Amino acid sequence: MTQATDCTLAELMIVACSEAWRGDGEILASGITTVPRLGASLAKLTHSPELLMTDSETFLVSEPVPLGPRGDYVAKFEGYMSFDRVFECVWGGKRHAMIGPTQIDRFGQSNLSCIGGDYAKPKSAVLGVRGLPGNNINHANSYFVPNHGPRVFVANEVDMVSGPGYNPARFGPGMKNDFIDLRVIVTDLCVLDFKGPEHAIRVKSLHPGVSFEQVQAATGFPLLKADDMGETPMPTAAQLEIIRRLDPHNMRGMVIKNNPPAIRPAA
Amino acid sequence: MNTPLNKQMSTADVVARIKSGMTVGIGGWGPRRKPMALVRELLRSNVKDLTIVAYGGPEVGMLCAAGKVKKLIYGFVTMDAIPLEPYYRKSREAGALELLELDEGMFEWGLRAAGMRLPFLPTRCGLGTDIIKHNPSLKMIQSPYADGEVLLAMPALNLDVALLHVDVADKLGNTLNTGNDPLFDHLFARAAEACYVCTEKLEDKFALTADEARFNYFERYLVKGVVHAPGGGHPTYCGKNYGWDMDHLKKYNTSAAEEGGWEKYCDEFIRCTEEEYLAKNGGIERISKLRTPIF
Repeated sequence: MTQATDCTLAELMIVACSEAWRGDGEILASGITTVPRLGASLAKLTHSPELLMTDSETFLVSEPVPLGPRGDYVAKFEGYMSFDRVFECVWGGKRHAMIGPTQIDRFGQSNLSCIGGDYAKPKSAVLGVRGLPGNNINHANSYFVPNHGPRVFVANEVDMVSGPGYNPARFGPGMKNDFIDLRVIVTDLCVLDFKGPEHAIRVKSLHPGVSFEQVQAATGFPLLKADDMGETPMPTAAQLEIIRRLDPHNMRGMVIKNNPPAIRPAA
Repeated sequence: MNTPLNKQMSTADVVARIKSGMTVGIGGWGPRRKPMALVRELLRSNVKDLTIVAYGGPEVGMLCAAGKVKKLIYGFVTMDAIPLEPYYRKSREAGALELLELDEGMFEWGLRAAGMRLPFLPTRCGLGTDIIKHNPSLKMIQSPYADGEVLLAMPALNLDVALLHVDVADKLGNTLNTGNDPLFDHLFARAAEACYVCTEKLEDKFALTADEARFNYFERYLVKGVVHAPGGGHPTYCGKNYGWDMDHLKKYNTSAAEEGGWEKYCDEFIRCTEEEYLAKNGGIERISKLRTPIF
């Protein structure tokens, strides 16, 4: 395998995202927004061909569809996945989604509803809880954070817990929370996992040129280091070729501010 | 041809049946398949204090901007390509709305319970979240079986009125939604005391092939009125008929940042007839050429 030397941080993150689905087997891989979607697509085209994917609209496809206008490309449909069917899939637990919440806390709880102030009169209204409550309580989930900082990784609990996490205090007797299955968080600085004691968040790998201290300073709660904490792998030439084919309009170039290179220049 | 079952109405006829304080479900999803011709007529009316139940798109923002919404029952409000709905945000951030903010699946469960005339349906969705904290009216229920699991009892979302947009209807109230995804419109129809549809095409009486009839998702006994409104889903995405109108949505979005922007938007696009509305958007000729989005 040839590691690329000339690629962007977004491309490195796409490869890191793709690893989230490794070994998942025959489930629906839902990468929401550009980088997670390219990650899921890359996973299906490389290490995990058994994954199910949609055209990001209504149909299951046997081959990931390129992003945006497709020219001559004809989607290869293999089935149907209306919103109604997606919910049935969610409730059956046969899905691993990766989404980008507005806030994440040390329990892995996520927020997509509103920020600051009172719930009744927030400083900033976002989208609403969307499908996060149902996703997190039912199937595997990972997160994507293009702007790792303390405003995303908050010190206390998120302002409006939309996606539940590993916070036992929020579950009363008899409530079942053992389908909660948080996997990784891919950020512009590092990859985090939930494999510390009681699902504490650990740094699994640092992106090239990033230090643990830098990540900790950008995070509102204490982080652990994975025993085998290493450097996030650079994409291979073959992976880059696939990514560029899947994203002919370079939508990935607009995800991270100024579209920086994968290897950060020394500060 | 008038049959005894002729349910054809005008948008004004429909809105005349919507009273202040009613609970109104609006079909579609975000910027998809919204019954905008009926929403625009509602915006022109004096009706207020509505409880709006929707997978929200620009129609929710418009109804908020017009001060029609007392309570919002929703999972999100978004225009997808423009993720944050500006007028919803203004109302939300002003503390102007009563809320029942729900997981998308809880929302579906609420509609299903209503359609089945059940008081609730049990679900795990919502457990462990602040939905419970902010809505103490939501109750838990314990499984009566050996597992004894405690679940959230999602209450029925009973609607006074459901407003939907379909591709083809006949005057008896039969409808077809030929889009690739029927969304949850059939559940809105079942959850409502009265369902009204606006339709791109209106026929006197369907004579369908079996393949065409597959696109009928709910029965005509649910439909109380049918409005012929070509382009009635504009500026939202309407299946195979037309895509969302990004130019229009951008203009709408920008208006929210301008002083008196909503009034200007209303002057241009609401305080007029549907015919004038279509003409201001390039006519059905332009609208029918709006490309469906490719994701």
